[in-house]
Amino acid sequence: MLKDKYAERIEKIFSKYQDKRSAVMPLLYLAQEEYGWLPEESFSEIGELCDIDPTQVKSIAGFYTMYSEKPKGKYWLQVCTDLPCALRGADQFHADLKEYLGVEEGGTTEDGLFTVEHVMCLAACDKAPMLQCNFHYMENLDMEQMKAFIEEKRAEAAKGDQ
Amino acid sequence: MANILLRNRDIPDIGNFEVYSKNGGWEGFRKAVQQHTPDEVIKIVMDSNLRGRGGAGFNTGRKWSFIPKNEPIKYVVVNADESEPGTFKDRELMEMNPYQVIEGAMIAAYAIQASAVYIYCRGEFWDIAHQLDACIAEARENNLIGKNILGTDWSCEFYTHLGAGAYICGEESALLNSLQGMLGQPRVRPPFPAQKGGGLYYEPTVVNNVETLANVPWIIVNGAEAYQQIGTPQSPGPKIVCMSGHVNQPGNYEIALGQTTFRELFEKAGGTEYQGHKLKALLPTGASGPVIPITDKLMDAPITYESVIEFGSTLGSASFIVMDETTDMVWAAYKMMQFFKHESCGKCTPCREGTYWLLKLMTRIINGQGTANDLRLLENVGKQMNGKSLCALNDFAINPVLGTLRHFRSEYEAYINKGSDEKAAPKKQLQPAH
Ligand SMILES: Cc1cc2nc3c(=O)[nH]c(=O)nc-3n(C[C@H](O)[C@H](O)[C@H](O)COP(=O)(O)O)c2cc1C
Ligand code: FES
Repeated sequence: MLKDKYAERIEKIFSKYQDKRSAVMPLLYLAQEEYGWLPEESFSEIGELCDIDPTQVKSIAGFYTMYSEKPKGKYWLQVCTDLPCALRGADQFHADLKEYLGVEEGGTTEDGLFTVEHVMCLAACDKAPMLQCNFHYMENLDMEQMKAFIEEKRAEAAKGDQ
Repeated sequence: MANILLRNRDIPDIGNFEVYSKNGGWEGFRKAVQQHTPDEVIKIVMDSNLRGRGGAGFNTGRKWSFIPKNEPIKYVVVNADESEPGTFKDRELMEMNPYQVIEGAMIAAYAIQASAVYIYCRGEFWDIAHQLDACIAEARENNLIGKNILGTDWSCEFYTHLGAGAYICGEESALLNSLQGMLGQPRVRPPFPAQKGGGLYYEPTVVNNVETLANVPWIIVNGAEAYQQIGTPQSPGPKIVCMSGHVNQPGNYEIALGQTTFRELFEKAGGTEYQGHKLKALLPTGASGPVIPITDKLMDAPITYESVIEFGSTLGSASFIVMDETTDMVWAAYKMMQFFKHESCGKCTPCREGTYWLLKLMTRIINGQGTANDLRLLENVGKQMNGKSLCALNDFAINPVLGTLRHFRSEYEAYINKGSDEKAAPKKQLQPAH
């Protein structure tokens, strides 16, 4: 339960706002951090904390692109393919990345490590191609760098499994 | 000239509290609080004619003056949602020169006697928001935020809030709803945010863009007149232009409005050609304003709010997306339509349905299945949408299509004419965004 495990952080979140309801977005992030995604029960937990209906929590989760209602790979790669990045090769980069990982749009690799999807402008158009990996930016990318990154993460995971 | 906004380019460690303070930081805030009444501060900012950098260009001081004086609870909300394609200026300011943004917001807070400031960062600015939390804590330790600021009886808190990926939350009333834990959809106005009933928690609220507020400390220190000296009467002050797309050195460029021509700016960003190709078209305010063909006449014009209007567009946030002669303008419009279809929040029917149909038509055309009638249909749908929704996203969404049709109609016609050959074997089948 979030309520017990993160009592202090939750209290701090609530202290920022005049209305409990404002805590819904930070609490969704907290739940996603805890579970890796947003399972159904997180909506009731948050609804109870904020005094709102779980369906309202769910509709808010569904409104935004950074909340996920299904499990993602350990590395969630959101590639920007909006116009400014696309003018600098982002569509090709996105296609190459999916091909290298062998996934379709929004798909996750079989080892559960990588999910690839395209997103709209991330305010880093001067550093295209770029992507967001678990909410951190990786910029000025090319496939060579990506391959090195992917292999490094695969090797780390393989080591962890032994 | 030294930068006024991107001071991080001149003083590398300005993101450090000590360095910022040693280099004139907080002077504007101290001066405001210790030497001026709140009303005087509003008047100085109004007289400077600082215009909002979030897109609409409204006089900032005038906006502050709308806040009723006798309400006990008032807020300042900093709009750091920065999601317009091609815009990345607020990000550099917050990342590299965060205290100037915080100081500007605190001057606004003093001017309206706010009890709290919220900075609404787009969710992807996760790292930046956490860095800002640390800056806020540092300022609080120095009695610049919190209780009895600088020994006065005014107290004001400062909080960060993270969005979670939705362009519409940059629209101020949708932003306020999002911050209140509701769906990020626009509100019916009036009441406006500055009025009781219209702001955050329905209290009077000033919403300003990050870059707007970063101008304020300088204005308080140097005065309205000095600020007016920079630029033209309608376009005073420095402005950050974000250069992206077919630019040799993409990035942010601070210019003095009115004192820099398009050509001079392009020269700074690596020239008026891109990899040996001539430049063809400019989107001056990301995806949301009409496209301008790049001509010598444009290149020789000074960059101001009023000059861009003469070329049939708006300066807005000054997010310059540059396209060279190799760019397929139908494809560019299609890309932008994908954006608006994806980002329409779904509340107003003309915008929700209109963006759906515009994208559907664009998809048909780009896949070689369009007809001459589709061009008329595009114009028709666009005209029928215009002005019919609660917020400007609806009106922005028309521009990619109508703007490119106005200036590059022949490219659409080429798609339609060659359509019949390609229908048998389309080169690339593009899908509408989901
Ligand atoms: C669809 C839409 C998106 C917007 N996005 C932003 C944004 O990301 N940042 C911003 O400062 N203003 C944005 N605005 C403008 C705000 O509604 C508002 O005018 C602005 O924050 C006011 O601040 P200013 O007067 O300092 O410019 C947007 C407006 C619309 C209609
Ligand atoms: S278009 Fe990709 S970050 Fe802006």
